[in-house]
Amino acid sequence: MATTLAKAADGTEAATHAARIEHVSKSFAGPAGQQLVLDDITLDVAPGEFVTLLGASGCGKSTLLNLVAGLDRPSAGTITTDGRPALMFQEHALFPWLTAGKNIELALKLRGVAKSERRDKAEELLELVRLKGAYGKRVHELSGGMRQRVAMARALAQESRLLLMDEPFAALDAITRDVLHDELTRIWRETKLSVLFVTHNVREAVRLAQRVVLLSSRPGRVAREWTVDIAHPRRIEDTAVAELSVEITEELRGEIRRHGQH
Amino acid sequence: MASTDTTTTAKDGGDLAGLEAGLDALETVQQGRKPFRQTFVEKILPPVLAVLLVLVVWQGLVSFEIVDDPTKLPAPSDVWHVVQDAWLQGELLGYIWTSVSRGLLGFCFALVIGTPLGLLVARVKFVRAAIGPILSGLQSLPSVAWVPPAVIWLGLNNSMMYAVILLGAVPSIANGLVSGVDQVSPLFLRAGRTLGATGLKGTWHIVLPAALPGYVAGLKQGWAFSWRSLMAAEIIASFPDLGVGLGQLLENGRNASDMAMVFEAILLILVVGIAIDLLIFSPLERWVLRSRGLLVRS
Repeated sequence: MATTLAKAADGTEAATHAARIEHVSKSFAGPAGQQLVLDDITLDVAPGEFVTLLGASGCGKSTLLNLVAGLDRPSAGTITTDGRPALMFQEHALFPWLTAGKNIELALKLRGVAKSERRDKAEELLELVRLKGAYGKRVHELSGGMRQRVAMARALAQESRLLLMDEPFAALDAITRDVLHDELTRIWRETKLSVLFVTHNVREAVRLAQRVVLLSSRPGRVAREWTVDIAHPRRIEDTAVAELSVEITEELRGEIRRHGQH
Repeated sequence: MASTDTTTTAKDGGDLAGLEAGLDALETVQQGRKPFRQTFVEKILPPVLAVLLVLVVWQGLVSFEIVDDPTKLPAPSDVWHVVQDAWLQGELLGYIWTSVSRGLLGFCFALVIGTPLGLLVARVKFVRAAIGPILSGLQSLPSVAWVPPAVIWLGLNNSMMYAVILLGAVPSIANGLVSGVDQVSPLFLRAGRTLGATGLKGTWHIVLPAALPGYVAGLKQGWAFSWRSLMAAEIIASFPDLGVGLGQLLENGRNASDMAMVFEAILLILVVGIAIDLLIFSPLERWVLRSRGLLVRS
């Protein structure tokens, strides 16, 4: 029932998991009574692990992410996270009344970082996403890829151990998306963050993750898991990526077909 | 993932940085300011021509004696002389200042009352259900209707003027803020919450700045309503002790059957109303919209 926030004990004791989802169910009131969206999901994300949640429409992957982010409460089960997770959306969700730098500084401010340190910290984060010099830029002056990188920098500003990503690259063009995949992989390996990444793109899931979790649809259940044992740097064209993607796609299609057989 | 290849990372990283810089450069749109000449031709010239056309038609009506009764339609030059005389006698700025100072002070009061009221209606469900409809309804009530009761309650004095301005402008300002808050994207609220902006922090850091365009539109309308209400109050409740504002000037012109003076007053009311909008509210609105990329350059 309760969403517990287990605070990391300041480096003395490492948390055993970045997120622990135990027997979580979620239903919403629909036109035909209570509609079960998530059914008994159990999933752990280890510290520093990169997990993608994969599923077709209606698998409740975004709902699950909202629950982990603490934006909503589960109907049953518990979710424990190592501090408050950061969340990135499909839309950049940057505040248009602030510059790129000030967006990041707002995250720092809300975390309680002293005013004197914010500017330097924001510049540092912009440099991490390779947007040095974008500090004073307004959101509308940035390209789609740049906006998502600023959004990433803002999420990283929360210094959370867990980064939740809700199809963050789905609205980008293929070239930019590919570059941002490399960028995310680099940042993940540099910062040793745990990432829970939601997508409906199989290749994207395989390219990025250490573990791919396939959810079934209506209601969402954990259907199958794969460990991705492919060396970094990976490319979307890699044979190993393609082979595993084919296997996962077959399984995903099977899940989707079941819904047409009534 | 145990097997990671660290040797290629550095080279790969360098390539990636270059690739990203290239993409950024390709996708960033360069925007410059328009040259003044273009702004002049597109924005300034058309309204000036329109005004000139009206003056020409007006002068034509008088010159060709299509309307030959100066008590009905004075010539533009006659009106100009009246304005000039008022200026030379040092009265013109007095008229304008009397009205403008009342209008702006009244508007500031309306701002101080309308803003928290709007926020309350927007954020508290019960308050919205209770007074939301009344507030929208009041917007369509001509504020001139408030002049008689205000005179009875407060007498013929400045307080009466301010009361009428408040009743005219507060609903506009409050409603502007309400619609601004209603239009705040839920995405911003969710993003704010994940960053830790909840409760009052959320209102201050997310809701208010996100609602600013609607609020500024409300302010703009609030000023128009303030100015109209004030003119109505000045015309109906003219009293020598109150000092002569533009509304009284109009009423004095009517009493003296001096059509040039009436036209002078109407023109001044129009010009001052437009000038305040052009000097204060339009730049404010443009700044808010432009800084968010909401102003389309045509």
